[in-house]
Amino acid sequence: AVGAGGPVLAQGAELEPTSFEDITNYCNYYEFGTGKGDPAENAHMLTTEPWSVKIDGLVERPGDYGLQEILSEMTVEDRLYRFRCVEAWSMVIPWNGFELADLLEMAGVMPEARYVAFETVLRPDEMPGTRRNVLDWPYVEGLRLDEAMHPLAIMATGLYGKPLPNQNGAPIRLVVPWKYGFKSIKSVVRITLTEEEPPTSWNKANPREYGFYSNVNPQVSHPRWSQAEERVIGSGGEGIFGRLSVERQPTRMFNGYDEVAALYEGMDLSEYF
Amino acid sequence: MRDRLNRAVRRVPGWLIYLAGFGWMGWLFFQGASGALGPEPVEALEHAYGLLALQFLVAGLAVTPLRRWAGINLLPLRRQIGMMAFWFLCGHVGVWALLDLQSLSRVWAEIVKRPYITIGMAGLLCLLPLAATSTNAAIRRLGGARWRRLHRLVYPAVGLGALHYIWLAKGAQLEPFLYAAAVVGLLVLRAIPKRAGRRGESGDSAGGRFRALSRG
Repeated sequence: AVGAGGPVLAQGAELEPTSFEDITNYCNYYEFGTGKGDPAENAHMLTTEPWSVKIDGLVERPGDYGLQEILSEMTVEDRLYRFRCVEAWSMVIPWNGFELADLLEMAGVMPEARYVAFETVLRPDEMPGTRRNVLDWPYVEGLRLDEAMHPLAIMATGLYGKPLPNQNGAPIRLVVPWKYGFKSIKSVVRITLTEEEPPTSWNKANPREYGFYSNVNPQVSHPRWSQAEERVIGSGGEGIFGRLSVERQPTRMFNGYDEVAALYEGMDLSEYF
Repeated sequence: MRDRLNRAVRRVPGWLIYLAGFGWMGWLFFQGASGALGPEPVEALEHAYGLLALQFLVAGLAVTPLRRWAGINLLPLRRQIGMMAFWFLCGHVGVWALLDLQSLSRVWAEIVKRPYITIGMAGLLCLLPLAATSTNAAIRRLGGARWRRLHRLVYPAVGLGALHYIWLAKGAQLEPFLYAAAVVGLLVLRAIPKRAGRRGESGDSAGGRFRALSRG
């Protein structure tokens, strides 16, 4: 169900995709361990079939939606997006996915709904990292409804035209390219429309360092490191020191996706970080 | 068993520790360059060198308690252990400054702005005079008492190192706290008054040591 030639938003043409190998071997997915290589090593334990997503809260048609049922209704497109981690590294990832807005419309958003909450699957038997309370499991994330409805926000089901590897959040994950990577919650099992701002995992763990919005913003430092620049994974050159000379490039406001700026008009983004 | 171990330790030449330490440092670097450390080898090297520096510091801190409470004498190798901690720390800072930040102005900005980096650098500063006086000639020049006083700087250094590690971790990770607990534990063991452990220190029999302990 991978549609080639869909609209490539946000200056896709100029971007050089990160290699499949790097995208799938350098991951943050703490449910499988805190090391960058742990998810690639452990995520094979996760069963992704069958899979369903519970959509509930302020929706007209709540229920458990099977993944195949969802995919049969959605148009899967290619989206080449920059991906900026809060740890100041970045990649360029060719996702395959559909717009989150389409999924929300399928369930029917009620007028009172103002936020969207997401939840990652929690299976301690299949997720060795969850046996320690590194975070308060299950992993949860959230968006304001207008953010969720923005056409750049997608639910990804694949990358490089292949089914999403487990370590990258199979079988279905959120991708919000103008926010730090941890907002793009993986292996989603539940989507809840709410009236109140939902709790989010990293904000719960350390509210001083991780805000609800977490928009990519070079002017607002993480308390422990600068966000002004990023290391581009896989950008090293050839030769002995090639891999060890990773390029640093300036980080752009909203990760370069200026079209979302209108969502935050009138907000002090150093307060709502 | 213990005496055999102690005899074996005395036979280990100091250069063997350096050979193993620098060999490991070089091997890690080669692995990073060849892609064996994953897609982001700069970060991997930075962390590996930093962790090894902390491990050598903790090992150095364990020498005296091991001798006092277990009768295992690593004293002949303590200088090499300490120096390898210093060299891995240099590797850690070198990778961070040269390969990660890539400019002196960034290095300075980070030191000033990030408390966990400030304390890490303070730890390195504590170790500099220790590394500079780790020769027999320096000990003679300073005199034993002054040399020992100076080398108490290793306590703040290792404390700052452990704190630096806790501070930089994301989420409630266990490892940094295990290292901190080891450091605190070893410092507490050292702080127990000498009289209580004197018999054990001389490599006495287990029975003698326990008698000495129960008296203390």
